[in-house]
Amino acid sequence: MRLVAVTACPTGIAHTYMAAEAIEEAARAAGHEIKVETQGAAGATPLSAEDIARADAVIFAADIDVRGRERFAGKPIIDTGVKQGIHDAAGLVAQAVAAARSSAAKSAPAGPAEQDAVAAAEPPAPATKLDRQAGFGTHLRQWLMTGVSYMIPFVAAGGILIALSYMLGGAEIASKVNGGTYQGHTYAGVTDISQIFAQTGLAGLMFKIGTTALMMLAPILAGFIAYAIADRPGLVPGIVSGLLAGAIGAGFLGALVGGLLAGGVVALLNKPKVPRAIAGIMPVVVIPVISTLIMGALMLLVIGPPVASLQTALTDWLAGLSGANAILLGALLGLMMASDMGGPLNKVAYTFGLASLASGDIKVMAAVMAAGMTPPIAMALATVLRPALFTRAERRAGEAAWLLGASFITEGAIPFAAADPVRVIPSAMAGSALTGALSMAFGATSRAPHGGIWVLPLIGNPFLWVAAIVAGIVASAACVVMAKHIGRRKGSVAELESPAATTVGPAATLQPTGPGPQ
Amino acid sequence: MSDLITAELVDLLLTTEDKDATTRRLAGLLAGSGRVTNLEGFIADVRAREAQMPTGIEGGIGIPHARSAHVTEPSLAFGRSADGVDYGAPDGPADIIFLIAAPEGSDADHLSILAALARRLVHASFKDALRAAVVPQDVVDLVNKEVLGQ
Repeated sequence: MRLVAVTACPTGIAHTYMAAEAIEEAARAAGHEIKVETQGAAGATPLSAEDIARADAVIFAADIDVRGRERFAGKPIIDTGVKQGIHDAAGLVAQAVAAARSSAAKSAPAGPAEQDAVAAAEPPAPATKLDRQAGFGTHLRQWLMTGVSYMIPFVAAGGILIALSYMLGGAEIASKVNGGTYQGHTYAGVTDISQIFAQTGLAGLMFKIGTTALMMLAPILAGFIAYAIADRPGLVPGIVSGLLAGAIGAGFLGALVGGLLAGGVVALLNKPKVPRAIAGIMPVVVIPVISTLIMGALMLLVIGPPVASLQTALTDWLAGLSGANAILLGALLGLMMASDMGGPLNKVAYTFGLASLASGDIKVMAAVMAAGMTPPIAMALATVLRPALFTRAERRAGEAAWLLGASFITEGAIPFAAADPVRVIPSAMAGSALTGALSMAFGATSRAPHGGIWVLPLIGNPFLWVAAIVAGIVASAACVVMAKHIGRRKGSVAELESPAATTVGPAATLQPTGPGPQ
Repeated sequence: MSDLITAELVDLLLTTEDKDATTRRLAGLLAGSGRVTNLEGFIADVRAREAQMPTGIEGGIGIPHARSAHVTEPSLAFGRSADGVDYGAPDGPADIIFLIAAPEGSDADHLSILAALARRLVHASFKDALRAAVVPQDVVDLVNKEVLGQ
């Protein structure tokens, strides 16, 4: 395979060249041709137009803007920081090879990773089935990242509008719009949507718009995961799966699974060779109808019932725990709140909090709310502490996540969880469990069912409650940074398990003069 | 153009504990040989670069560096620390530290020497040889041989 790379760093006298050397070594060790343009202070020898045209994939290892980025338009691009080029050159080369193969496998790829990352115009060569199997982990990450990058604006728009509506109208605005009990008042809610502004004012209007945008999170995630796998035909079954995941209470994890399955179903339906007469109507009629029917039935009949019975069982179990050790209960609720961020477990925990609130136990609500606030803020903190561990899309999501977490909109952490569930979810759970346990231990109370820091006046023992949240944030952020470090190596090892990629894998260890202990 | 590094710019027994003190010690060597005209000004430039992103590299290397108006010619100071100095690399402290100094307006030829050094630094054999150096002149010879091909 032919690769090109650009390396660049702020000063341009050290990292630029270290990364170039490491990437050249790693690529050659893996048996690929590579040319590197070092955009450093010693002057760059630009890649020739021919080098770029012939390249199967492009690596940017740069901490400053790559000059002449447009030269690479249409190529699969792995875009990362300059240090990644030094520390994990072999991993980058493997990613680039996988990206080249996936763009070759699909003649019009959906732009995995970030929108600006990939959009191959000309497929270099048709990939074999074996190649497609190669680097499944890398593919999976790209599919998930595609879904996540399209979802992030919805999370940010919806979450920030909701937070603003709390600031403007107080946290009771949620009950005013949706109906419910807040601080002893029972609100009927807005039944006629055309009256929303008249009944609830600007705050209510913003809340409604925000929740609507946030509702799109599951369909957009599922739809664009399927789109990344199966291109445009994946959108319909993917979006419908995501909507149904919301309807059956399966949350973003349900949507994530639905999106992956929808993409797989469409890919399978595209496989058999069909007579020319039918081929014309395949993408317009046959594939959308059949794939959507299959996926809808899967979500409603196969995934729905277990989710519902799980919720019932957990609700009963929690109710039975009422008299148990308060600190353990707090930890358990924290685990549940962070486990699926709006999915079935989170809902059970939150509903338990509401029920406790209604029956006069206001400690549980404080623990539930605190535990639901930590994951987004912890992820935001992690993106600031270790930006190199996150994609550009995630770092952008991190900017909004501060406000979302502070407003008890746990969904703010979903972009991180969906992009990398195995590392992010346990980290979030650890911190939230700590927060939940501490909140109970401190005896903090909340008389509000939602609102986050905007209802601080309704929190009993507010200083220790905030301390519990901060403790959880620090714990989760530390966990996720560690998991991304350890996990990253494990992850790239896992990717290399598949047969075709093993030719790339051992390169890292065989390479005699590679970058020291990794 | 004189040598990139000389024996007097090598300290194989660093006793400094943090990166500020280490940078100051190595910058002092450069100032002592007249390659840095304003010690405080140069240290401030290095610190400004360090603040953008830590210069620790996995594998026990620190490469504080700056292009600075207070530098007269491209220069290296080398330090080795038995206890290690934290330069912010994810895998722990650095025992091999190169302070890289480049004049503000230096031309590409001069800087290409520093680029060659940076390229050598990712090679385990080069790092091992630096760790094995017995006297300062060993480091000078190694740099001349590996980087300048002399």
